[in-house]
Amino acid sequence: MCLAVPGKVLEVEERDGSRVARVEFGGITRLVQLDLVPEARVGDYVITHVGFAISRLDAEEADRTLRILKAMGLLESEERGAP
Amino acid sequence: MKYIDEYRDERIARALVADLARRVTRPWLLMEICGGQTHTLMRYGIDELIPPQITLVHGPGCPVCVTPLEAIDKAIQIASRPEVIFVSYGDMLRVPGSRSDLVQARAAGGDVRVVYSPLEALKIARAHPERQVVFFGIGFETTAPANAMAVLHAQRQGLRNFSMLVSHVLVPPAIRLLLSSPQNRVQGFIAPGHVCTVMGYREYEALSREFHVPIVVGGFEPVDLLEAISLLVAQLEEGRAETENQYARSVTREGNLQAQAIMERVFEVCDRKWRGIGLIPRSGLRLRPEFAAHDAEKVFQLEELTAEEPAECLSAQVLQGLKKPTDCPAFGRRCTPAMPLGAPMVSAEGACAAYYLYRRQAVAP
Repeated sequence: MCLAVPGKVLEVEERDGSRVARVEFGGITRLVQLDLVPEARVGDYVITHVGFAISRLDAEEADRTLRILKAMGLLESEERGAP
Repeated sequence: MKYIDEYRDERIARALVADLARRVTRPWLLMEICGGQTHTLMRYGIDELIPPQITLVHGPGCPVCVTPLEAIDKAIQIASRPEVIFVSYGDMLRVPGSRSDLVQARAAGGDVRVVYSPLEALKIARAHPERQVVFFGIGFETTAPANAMAVLHAQRQGLRNFSMLVSHVLVPPAIRLLLSSPQNRVQGFIAPGHVCTVMGYREYEALSREFHVPIVVGGFEPVDLLEAISLLVAQLEEGRAETENQYARSVTREGNLQAQAIMERVFEVCDRKWRGIGLIPRSGLRLRPEFAAHDAEKVFQLEELTAEEPAECLSAQVLQGLKKPTDCPAFGRRCTPAMPLGAPMVSAEGACAAYYLYRRQAVAP
C-alpha cells in the first residue's frame, strides 16, 4: 500500500490548475501529480505513490550512501577472495 | 532502474550480513512496521540470511489488514446502492467483512471499480454526473496527502457527486500501543520509510526517548533493510536508543511540509478501531466538518455496525508481532489467499500472504 518508486522527471506542465510531470519508471512513462512536491524539476528523480510525487530524491545523499556501501562490499569480496 | 538496482547489489548485501555477524553478541528481537518491508524481507530471504540471534517479527503496517470490519461492512452497504459507483484500491476488494466482501457485492450487481490513484475516481465522477462516486480512502500517512488532494480537487472542480469513505490510520500511535503493552517483546523498530517521507521522524525520536527504544527509518530494498537492521543491532549492542535515518535519500527529519499542510487542511485526528488490535486513541484521520459534502459517512445514511473477527484467525497476534503467521493452525490449510479467513492473508502486504508466497514449504502439509 505504501509502495512508492523512484522515477525520472522528463517534462513538467500545467494541467487543470496543477503541475503534472511525465515521469519515467524503468522505460515506462506515466503522468505524475506534483502538488505535493512543487519544487521538482526536469531531470530530478521523484518518489511516486498512487499517482503523486511524495519526495524529490536527494541524489547527493544517495550517492554518498552508495559509495560507503560499495566500498564495504568490495572490501568484503576481497577478504573472501571473490572477484 | 536507477536508485533501485544498486540497492539490490548482492556484494553489498553480503558485506552487510558479514558485518552484522561480527557485531551481534546476543539475541535481539526487531520489528519492521511496514508490510512492504515484510515482503522485501521474505522475498529476498533476508530473515534467513541474517545471524540466527536476530529475530524479525512483522508489524501492523498493512492498511488493508487493519481497516476495521465495520468500515468494510459500510463500504459494502454503499457499494450495493444502485446509484453508486464504488471505487477502491484493488487490495480491499477481497478483504472479508463480517458477512461478505466487495467482490461479492459486485457479483450481486454493485458497481465496484478498482483504481491505482484517487484521481481516477475523480475522473469517473466527472464522466458520470448522474451517479454518486464513492472512493474508499484508506492507508497510512503515505497515502493521506494524495487522498486529501483528491478531496481538494473535487471541491475546486465543484464535483458534487464525489465523496470519500475515510478510514485512514497513523503509525506512531500504534507503535506507542505496542510498546506500552506488558506483552511487548520488540527491542528495536524499523520505521516505515514512505510514511516518514511524508511525516519526517520527529514523532519517532519522541518514542525512542520515552520508551528507550532504538528506531531506524528504513527503505524498501534489500540493502536498505540490511543496513537498517545493522544500525539497530549496533545501537542495541552499545546500549543506545535513538532514532536514526537509513533512508536519507527520501526522508528528512521534518518530512514533506507541503504534504503535511494539505493533510492538516482536509483531515483531523480521531480515535480509530484497528482490525485485530482494537481502538487506538488518536490513531486515525477523518474529514474535517467543512468537507461534509464529500464525506460518504455524512452523504449516506449508514447503519451503525459492530462486528467480531472469526475466532480461528490469529491475525490480532500476528499484527502485534506476538505470533508468526506459521504459528496459526489454519495457515495454508483453511486460510489461503484464495479463501482468506483474515485480512493479512489477502493483502499483497499482509504478513500471512508473504509467508504463504515465500515460506509455504516451511509448514508441513
